[in-house]
This record gives sequence, C-alpha cells and structure tokens, in this order.
Amino acid sequence: MTSVTAPPRRRRAGLRAVPKVVWLFLLIPALVEVGMVFWPAVNSFYLSLTEWNGLGAAQPVGLDNFKNLFADEIFRGALWNNVIWAVGFGGLSVLGGLALAVALNRPRRGVGLYRSAIYLPMVFSLAVTGLFWRVQYQPDGTINTLLGAIGLESVERQWLADPDTALYAVLIAAVWRQVGYVMVLYLAGLKSTDPTLDDAAAVDGAGAWQRFRFVTWPQLRGVNTVVFAVTVIDSLRTFDIVWAMTQGGPYHSSELLSTYMFQQGFTFLNLGYASAIAVVIFVLALIFIITYLVRATKEEIA
Amino acid sequence: MSTATLTPAPAKASSPPPAKPKRRRGWVFHAVMAPLTLLWVAPMVFVVVLAFRSFDDIAANGTAAWPVSFGLEGFREALGRGTMGRALWTSVQVTVPAVILSLLLASWAAYALARFHIPGRRAILLTMLAGNLLPPQILLIPVSRVMESLGIYDTLFALVTIHVGFGLGFYTFVLHGFMRSIPEELTEAARIDGAGPVQIYARIIMPLCRPSLAALGALATTWIFNDLIWAITVLRTEAKLPVTAALLNLQGGYVSNWNVVAAASVIAAVPTAIVFFTFQRHFVSGLLMGSNK
Repeated sequence: MTSVTAPPRRRRAGLRAVPKVVWLFLLIPALVEVGMVFWPAVNSFYLSLTEWNGLGAAQPVGLDNFKNLFADEIFRGALWNNVIWAVGFGGLSVLGGLALAVALNRPRRGVGLYRSAIYLPMVFSLAVTGLFWRVQYQPDGTINTLLGAIGLESVERQWLADPDTALYAVLIAAVWRQVGYVMVLYLAGLKSTDPTLDDAAAVDGAGAWQRFRFVTWPQLRGVNTVVFAVTVIDSLRTFDIVWAMTQGGPYHSSELLSTYMFQQGFTFLNLGYASAIAVVIFVLALIFIITYLVRATKEEIA
Repeated sequence: MSTATLTPAPAKASSPPPAKPKRRRGWVFHAVMAPLTLLWVAPMVFVVVLAFRSFDDIAANGTAAWPVSFGLEGFREALGRGTMGRALWTSVQVTVPAVILSLLLASWAAYALARFHIPGRRAILLTMLAGNLLPPQILLIPVSRVMESLGIYDTLFALVTIHVGFGLGFYTFVLHGFMRSIPEELTEAARIDGAGPVQIYARIIMPLCRPSLAALGALATTWIFNDLIWAITVLRTEAKLPVTAALLNLQGGYVSNWNVVAAASVIAAVPTAIVFFTFQRHFVSGLLMGSNK
C-alpha cells in the first residue's frame, strides 16, 4: 500500500478534501468510544488513587491502595493464580490447538466433521461452558463416576469445592472452549504456508516431526505472535467462567485478579481499591496489547 | 469474550493435495480422531441428555446414571419460573440493536478513515483498536458511574450503549482493512459522475462490504449474546437480566435440580449454536478477519 506522505496523484485527488459530513462519520463513533471506553479508563486511574464507597466524594489517598494490595494475601494469591492460569490456559490451548490444526490440516474424509465438533464449544458463552462443566464435576457427576468405573475411587473428589483442585478444574473447562479457537487460527496459518517446501523436505527424506519443526513451524511465526498475545490478553480478562463455576472460591483458591476486582468493587464497594486492581490488570495486559497492535500495524502496511 | 484476532488471510486455495494415496495411514487417523472428537462433544451431549431427564430419575439414580425417564419438565421450569424465557427475549432486545448500531457506526468511521485524508488517521485507527483490547475491568466501575450520571443505569439502553462503545474499535479496524481493498477507481468513477460522499458510502462501499459485514455480524452476535460482565455491571434489576446473567441466577435457585440447570444452559447455548451453524463459514472467516484482504 502506498504511504500516506507521498501518494500518487490520483489518490491524492480522492483523499485530499474531507467533506464536513465525513468528519461527522468519524466523530460520532469516535465520541461514543471516547465516552464509553477512554474516559472511563482514565477515570479508573484516578479512582485507583482514592478511597471511595460510591457515596459522596472520593478521598485522595495517594498510592495507599497499591501498598495495601501488595500486602494483601488474597491479591497475591490471585496474582499467582493468574500466572498459573496464563501458563496453563495458554500452554494447553496452544498445544492442543496446534496439534489438532496439524492433524486436521490436509483435506480428507471426515476432517470437516472433526473440525466442526472441536470448535463448536467456542460459540458457547463462558458462563454456559462453566455450567456444562459444573455438571460434570459435581460429586455424583460423570467425572467421578468414570473414575469409579475404572477403579480410581481414591481420586474422586468434589473438584470444585476442593481448594487444591478448583482452579485447575475451571481451567480445564476454559481450555476445552479455547482449543477450537486456537485451532482455527493455526489452520489459517498453515494454509498460508508453502506446501511445496513441505513436499520438498519429504522428498529429501525428512520425517514428519522434522518437517514440522524445521519447515512448518518457522513459517508460523506471525500466527504465533498473535496467538500468544491473544491468549495472554484473554487470560488476564478471564472472569465469566470462574464467576460461573466457583466465584473465586473456595477460600479464594480459584480467585483471579478479575474476580477479586469485581468482588471488591461491586460486592464490597471498595471502589478505589478495586480500581487499583484494575490498574494492575491493565499494566500487565499493556505489553501484550502493544504486541498485538504492532502486529496489526504491520498488516496495515502489508 | 474471546479477544478477536488478526491473522494472515488464508491463501487463495491451498494447492490440491498430492495424489499419493495414504490409505494405509487413514485408519490410524480416524482411530485417533474419532474417539477424541467423541470425548470432545461428550460434555455437551451429556448436558443435553440431562436436560431431558425427569427430576425423579436424577434424584433416584444420580446425574451420571443411564437415563430411564425423559420429560420436558426441566425446560418448562427453566423457561417459566426460572425466567429463561423472559431473559431470552431481553437478550434479543439487546443483541439486535447493539449489533446493528455497532456495525453502522463502525462502517462510518471505517469509511472516513479509509477513503479520506484525515490527518493522523492511522493513529486514530490504532487508538480505536486499542480501546477494544483494554481489559474490561479497567472500565467497569467508571462505566457504571457514567451510566448513572446519564440516568440510564439499570436500563437495556445502557447495555446496548456499552456494547457498541466497547466493540467499535475492532469492527472499525476490520472494516477499514476491507474498505481499503476496494479499488479506488470504483469510487472515483462515481465521484466524477457527481455522487457525494454519502452516496458513495451507501451505494458503493456498503454493498461491497456485505461479506465482511456478515462475518462481523455473526461474530458480534455471539459476543454480545454471550456477554456476562457488562450485563451484571450496568443492570441491577433481576427481571432485566439477559440470558447469561439469568442463567447464573437460576443456578443459585435450583441447586439440586440438575435437569432445570441443564435445560437452562441448553437454552442459553442454542441461539449461538444456531448462529454458528447458519453462518459457519462467515463465523470462521470472521475470526480470521482484520487482515488487509
């Protein structure tokens, strides 16, 4: 695409004058977004420096909220859970999605059916996914019954009510939904790889793994960046599925930053403190947002 | 609530597979994939079966038992006293205007940015996209305050507004990419024939954007329909909650009535599943949009 600074003459004619109505076309959506997104975001930064219960005026307290946060064990637990979540959720869905994309890449009989089945969960809301899995996890549910059937009664437990397993139980449900999505991304990535390279490597005697590792994988770099950024942004946003399955419990064992923020803000009305948590989430997400935007810019230019 | 993505658009059509028959390895492929796929759909099948079982059957034999008696009482209860029927209608009232408004406003912004020499247009575009990538948590408290000060807190209008505002950036970005790919000659010719910017938008650009509008529409519909966090942020009255939020409330009220809970989650899942099957191709291409194709 031609650069904006030195457009060819014909384009300049079309682009130069901006009629008033076109400014309106831009301004109306931009104002809606400023009012609903940017202005609130800026406000959160301000609120994070205050103490406020929603009534009266917010009291400025400087950085107290942040100091308290790092002394707050529940917050630190939630932060650590978020790390586990990002690694587990990201790692498992990328591994699963990539493996399935490679397996289902070449057209052959049945591939369409398999693909549809695997990305179907993606259309359900996270809350629905949560309930689907709550049913499986409950004490006399499928999971315990299956474990019992193969003689593993000792492993049976109340998956969502046990602080040792709650987070992972929710994570599995979230991965189940995400794998199809990652698979779709990788399928697109694989489609844009050059099949002749793969064939050439096969002729030269490279095995399936070698061809994947040294021929296909390097060509997926662009998709990897996107998948990586998206997965981390998604894991920092994760709220619905935890809210639907455990609400962060038992004893905050499945608490994530987002659920803790929501509780502080909307249950306890500690609006300043909750805003401080939101700011932490934002700061953590920022680098990945930038990664994504850089990638988007590249595509704009391409 | 998935973050949308930008990936390279798939190449035109992958070259036809090499003509070496792999019959030998075909059955291995199916032997792995068929059970895996079954395992994948098993939770859904299980919930659907559970939804149709009777309460007595579940109470007597447990949720995981082989079903012995079927009925519609789960659905009847969920739609009636469980308020899922009302919630479905609420969701429609939110989703339809929110999707239409989002795409309309986004197409305006995209048209202005793609076709006119607006200073700093790339910065504007990326800023708008960045807004969509923000974690919603940083917006929740101020958004509920903004809605209060506008006097629309606890109304469906507020929910529509925030969906439109939050989604705009992404839709604009995608549509912008698509509009840039429409040949300049087309709009130029219309301009010479005396068409104004609004006519060019309505008569040329929008009709050509139909495929990407369809894809974005399918995507936006599922996102907005599936939303939970905005609904519980800007709504307070239980009777106004859309499907997802109502589902969670219902779960609290029917703790051991698993057939009702299962029926309610099936009810909440069916509309998006229908959108998915109807627009499957659009849906997948929607997920892949944002590229310059």
